Amino acid sequence: MENIPEFQCGSYDAAVIGAGHAGCEAALALARLGCKTICFMVSTDTIAMMPCNPNIGGTSKGHLVREIDALGGEMGKNIDKTFIQSKMLNTSKGPAVHSLRAQADKQKYSNAMRKVMENTDNLILKQAEVAEVLWEENEKGKYVTGVKTVSGGIYNAKAVILCTGVYLNARCIFGEVSQYTGPNGLPRATYLTESLIKMGIEIYRFKTGTPARIDRRSIDFSKLEPQEGDSRITPFSFTNKEEDLRREQELCYLGYTNENTHKIIRENIHRSPLFSGDIKGTGPRYCPSIEDKVVKFPEKERHQFFLEPEGDYTNEMYLSGMSSSLPEEVQLKLYHSMAGLENAVIVRNAYAIEYDCINPMQLKESLEFKKIRGFFSAGQSNGSSGYEEAAAQGIIAGINAARMIKDTEPIVLDRSQAYIGVLIDDLVTKETHEPYRMMTSRAEYRLLLRQDNADLRLTEIGYEVGLIDEERYSKFLIKKKSILSELERLKNTSVGASERVNCMLEKMGTTAIHTGTSLAELIRRPELDYDIIAPLDSERKKLPEDVVEQINIEIKYEGYIERQKQQVEHFKKLENRKIPADIDYENIDSLRLEAKQKLSRFRPESVGQASRISGVSPADISVLLVYLKSRSRGEK
Amino acid sequence: MVNDTIAAVATGITNSGISIIRISGPDSFSVIERLFKKGKTGGLGFIDVASVSSHTVHYGCIAEPDSGRIIDEVMVLIFKEPLSYTRENVVEIDCHGGAIVTKEVFEAVLKAGARAAEPGEFTKRAFLNGRIDLSQAEAVINLINAKNKMAADNSLKQLSGIEYKKVSSIRDRLLHDTAYIEAALDDPEHIDITGFASKLLENISTVSAELEAMIKSADNGRLISEGINTVIVGKPNAGKSTLLNAILGEERAIVTEIAGTTRDTLEETVSFGGVSLNLTDTAGIRKTENVIEKIGVERAINAAASSDLILYVMDCTEKPDEEDRQIIEKIKDRRVIALINKSDLDGKTDLADGFLKENGLEAINISAKNGYGIDRLAEKIKEMFFNGDVIPNDEVYITSARHKECLVQAKKSLECVADSIENGMSEDFFTIDLMNAYTALGQIIGEDTDEDLTDRIFRDFCMGK
Repeated sequence: MENIPEFQCGSYDAAVIGAGHAGCEAALALARLGCKTICFMVSTDTIAMMPCNPNIGGTSKGHLVREIDALGGEMGKNIDKTFIQSKMLNTSKGPAVHSLRAQADKQKYSNAMRKVMENTDNLILKQAEVAEVLWEENEKGKYVTGVKTVSGGIYNAKAVILCTGVYLNARCIFGEVSQYTGPNGLPRATYLTESLIKMGIEIYRFKTGTPARIDRRSIDFSKLEPQEGDSRITPFSFTNKEEDLRREQELCYLGYTNENTHKIIRENIHRSPLFSGDIKGTGPRYCPSIEDKVVKFPEKERHQFFLEPEGDYTNEMYLSGMSSSLPEEVQLKLYHSMAGLENAVIVRNAYAIEYDCINPMQLKESLEFKKIRGFFSAGQSNGSSGYEEAAAQGIIAGINAARMIKDTEPIVLDRSQAYIGVLIDDLVTKETHEPYRMMTSRAEYRLLLRQDNADLRLTEIGYEVGLIDEERYSKFLIKKKSILSELERLKNTSVGASERVNCMLEKMGTTAIHTGTSLAELIRRPELDYDIIAPLDSERKKLPEDVVEQINIEIKYEGYIERQKQQVEHFKKLENRKIPADIDYENIDSLRLEAKQKLSRFRPESVGQASRISGVSPADISVLLVYLKSRSRGEK
Repeated sequence: MVNDTIAAVATGITNSGISIIRISGPDSFSVIERLFKKGKTGGLGFIDVASVSSHTVHYGCIAEPDSGRIIDEVMVLIFKEPLSYTRENVVEIDCHGGAIVTKEVFEAVLKAGARAAEPGEFTKRAFLNGRIDLSQAEAVINLINAKNKMAADNSLKQLSGIEYKKVSSIRDRLLHDTAYIEAALDDPEHIDITGFASKLLENISTVSAELEAMIKSADNGRLISEGINTVIVGKPNAGKSTLLNAILGEERAIVTEIAGTTRDTLEETVSFGGVSLNLTDTAGIRKTENVIEKIGVERAINAAASSDLILYVMDCTEKPDEEDRQIIEKIKDRRVIALINKSDLDGKTDLADGFLKENGLEAINISAKNGYGIDRLAEKIKEMFFNGDVIPNDEVYITSARHKECLVQAKKSLECVADSIENGMSEDFFTIDLMNAYTALGQIIGEDTDEDLTDRIFRDFCMGK
């Protein structure tokens, strides 16, 4: 590196390192907000590549995608263009946990995103490995000035966003084999970690994995259960309509492991690098390898797996639920032990991957490093996992980098506004030692944070930021208004307890009324909804389905929703109490030692955030509140 | 944390003639409106705080919010924001000092919607709302720290190993069920919870019963450590004072003596058959017979209002009359032991016995004078309060009102879960209240909930992908 002569490659507002799911959203947001942006990638053929599962969305991840869309991001639109199967999960459960998931054609997905990226004004794509983040220091602290590539190119930039995914010092492992590459044998980033360490950034080493891909022709589908998509498609993007997205859908298949499979795993477990100790990185508990599952849950007689098509362009099928780092020969043996896969041919074997990422507690809620102005980080380089989690951070980092460049306040979504808020707050506040995956149980206000109302929650913010155009915004306002006015009308319109009405109610399968009852009251009954009571409501106008959906949910779950809203109010009080950046915790004598250390180390932005740091007690928060109050009164 | 309504006993619980219970926060007035009735017996109706001026004093009674039972005669002081100690709406209840009355009033306040204040919280609010001046900030912080430490120590002291285990075990089960539901919500293709609702309903009802027992024992804990507040009621000449002497005579062990409130109430704590009884009476129980015998119906009823136990004495040689009927009408729904006295005398009839039976009361025949039946009375009290046993020391005692409040809250949350199940809601609604119950119980043993759930999901359930 040191022998390579440097050369100037121009000045940009922002440089994005990586063009995965985080990098794409970040770069697009920046460019769309008018910032001259350059985006680096290992290969232009890997833009928005899906190196692991062939789907977008799923429980809680589907929520993230819809939120990204409401803010004006690209992921939802891109999967709508390229899905080959679409399914709403959890439809037998409450609306808060309905989750959309689509199987993607990986190649089409990548190509479609590439096309958008290549045709966005202000955005330049560059295939090159970034070796260094450039920075300087003045009396206000460190700040970034640009990046340098392995070939010595200097790109000046006011903001730099790290979106390096799993590429930093990556190592792929299966059995006794180690390959020093990124996913799919792509080159890894060898120099950047060192540059980050020199900047004073704390680095973690995480681990994740991916299962094998099987040749479709070698699978006996008659022994597997086909899994269909929904006959009625729900679009990810609020800009799309169901009727525009209809298409022939592909099947996925369900199968099971058996005792024999488990026996093979147990007999060869010593050859797994996870158990032999060769892998030191921390793996995620939510997608355990098949050997993990067999060891941890010995009482389970069988485990499910799914075979999912990777796209129309290939015969490769993704073997979901079977990620592994066992040697290739053992993998083959265990696949062959399962019904349907007796003759399976492995196209790509399963492997584990280890990589460097940053400790995300070094970041502000805006995703800018607390100690380095202009330096942001998003995606798996922040210790998260998943395409959707990455994209969600990407758009926020992109928006906030643009706002930093324009010297405006960052956008921070809080835990009561969006899953994105929960995701980022968890990452930057709670110490994590494994790749972080979004889960609905992490969202304490999930009744409010539904996938169906992501537009109602976030479109206004997207519009204020500048990523939602006037046309979409005015459509949104009409939707919002018609929900509110219809709710009002239903609450104020009553039907009398006449014989005619009760006869109709009986036909609807519900009990009679004895006194004048509002339409809203009727809708609240479990056996009724907005459409069913139509015969009792002659004045109603035809409303779009998404409006009707909101009306049903708002009325049926009103009690629960109100309770959560009260909790949110409570939550906001501490959240809104900001902590000045220059606070010196060492000066607050009454704080317990542990609290002092944690608070000094992580420097939370609000009292609410401080209260979520482990090791900070309610008594410490009381002390902090009193200290802040006396300080602010002292200043007056 | 900030801006809900808090309450605390501002004075010491046992060492003052008058106890002050202070309430502060946005709901202070609605709390007092739920509890307070104007007039000596509460006959003048509820108070409408909006219509009264700040800094006014109101005379009346505090009634238990569910039953409407009068707990104590009190003075209520209203302070409207910002003209109060905390600059919030504040209510002060001046009730009669003495551990039992004070605690009952305090518990009623919690029941009506306030939360037990954190140590030093009133002062903290006073400070945060700009009421106390800057120079006092350090003192406030120190106060919070000192009181927190004390509270933590006390809280731990009050938890026996068994109680800790019981609370932990309940939390463990709640968390397991929650994790099961959450695991299935997050990974519906691998984890199926079809039909779990009915199993959950069973689990909840088991846990609710355990909580109920702990709530009861919280009362019993109080009764054991502080004594059963006992009043002897009956017509003149029924033999009340003789009974009192018989009880005192049995062991004559006066444990404490808390004297000197405005009404000259005398509380005496007596160990009777291994159980502590606080024998309470206006104007002094041990004064001359003359005074005692003057206690009429009204007096008896007032005294009975704040008691745990009423000993109702009848004379078997006399025919029950209108006065007996009035007394029994007022007391029959409370914990009463009926005693038919003078069974040693000639001329006894079955009339008293029959009268009591008509009113659903089993009677014990005694002779207060020669001590006949007094043992039986002691047994009956133990049976009534401690299921026949004086609870051994290692049983669950939850003595603090705070712990009880948490238990009650947890139980309420579980009732919400049961409601959701019965109303056919889907599983994701159950976990909200399950976690509320879990959190409430966590406050008893001082554990927070952070990350517990996620860890538990991964520990107990095999997530797919």
